[in-house]
Amino acid sequence: MKIDVVVNGKKREFLIEPSEYLLDVLRRYDYSSVRRGCDNISCGVCTVLLDGKPIPSCSMLAVRCVGHEVTTVEGIEKEAEKIAHYFGELGADQCGYCNPSMALTVYALKKENREANDEEIKKYLVGNLCRCTGYVAQHEAIKKYLGDES
Amino acid sequence: MDIKEYIAPEKKEEAVALMKESLNNKFIAGGAWSKISIKKVDKLIGLENLGLCYINSHKNNLEIGAMTTLREIEINEDIKKIASGILSEACSQIMGISVRNIATIGGSIMGRYAFSDLLGCLLVLEAKLNFYSLGEIDINDFMAMKKVPDDLLISVVIPKKEKKGYFHKVSKTHLDFATLNITVAKDSKVMVAIGSRPGIAKLALNTCEYLNTVNSFDEIDFGNVEKLIEDEITLGSNMRGSKEYRSLLMITYLKRALREVM
Repeated sequence: MKIDVVVNGKKREFLIEPSEYLLDVLRRYDYSSVRRGCDNISCGVCTVLLDGKPIPSCSMLAVRCVGHEVTTVEGIEKEAEKIAHYFGELGADQCGYCNPSMALTVYALKKENREANDEEIKKYLVGNLCRCTGYVAQHEAIKKYLGDES
Repeated sequence: MDIKEYIAPEKKEEAVALMKESLNNKFIAGGAWSKISIKKVDKLIGLENLGLCYINSHKNNLEIGAMTTLREIEINEDIKKIASGILSEACSQIMGISVRNIATIGGSIMGRYAFSDLLGCLLVLEAKLNFYSLGEIDINDFMAMKKVPDDLLISVVIPKKEKKGYFHKVSKTHLDFATLNITVAKDSKVMVAIGSRPGIAKLALNTCEYLNTVNSFDEIDFGNVEKLIEDEITLGSNMRGSKEYRSLLMITYLKRALREVM
């Protein structure tokens, strides 16, 4: 079946099976920044924004995205560059596998609560696992990014 | 997962009619657990276009549409005011934000998941469930049903009562299912629910009956409470914890809960 979905501001037509999840479809159509991790909603690396809200693309049926707007990290290029700058500056970046999902979630947090405190940042990011950094540097980078942006 | 066709009707009657067509047709709410709960379906009926995403505050109750996401429940100010905000608190401890942006209260109820942190809250809040065909059903009666009805859940109604509440989830990590969860609410009577035992959440009715005979925390005979709750709440062992460990958790956190609400 064919579905129309807006991805990163552009209307796209995808050929899908009704059983296919958004993660598989996005990757098939070369949105390779959307990563596959646990594939069971536990790790957060497949996060994309659906109408501006973070969702796990591994468990969202692609067919349910008709009429909605999907944003991958390519859709927030300038913000992602800013976030990457703070991550680099504070040594919060290692293998990079979780970076796109982390950037999207941080971007959503900024939209929702620009003045998030330490606890609110932790709570918002708890679903985004990173196996390299131990989170301290990331947390500092996110705090600095939000502070400078507010 | 094998889905032959996906349909998202705009009318409730259409959704119910589609469900009645075949035993192989299924409703899907948020779909967060669709990978583990749906195997083979002829028609998967999405409920997202039925207008079931709302939180309405009435004089005597709060009505939550079945397709309201856990995140929306978590941040709703009216829900935070009910029973010390136990429902908001329970929602906030479920997985990460992204999951709570798709998981719905209706899906959590109709899935009757043993690991659910919400069912215990809804039990002690004395929630009523509004079904399309069956009408209003008490959550406790719904939990006692042998089989989940193939009916469309429209909304969850929570009475606005002056209750103190306590919710605690014991889990190894924030993202893990609970090893045990305990929910207590008190107005003129005390209600205690234990979930993730690892069985599904259940009210401890005999324990509550005893607790309702005492006037303060200091009057409670905890030897009796321990005996009553051990007799009526069946605990078990799994990879998250042994029966004995769960028993210790249950007693410890029940004491803490009662100290807080009594």
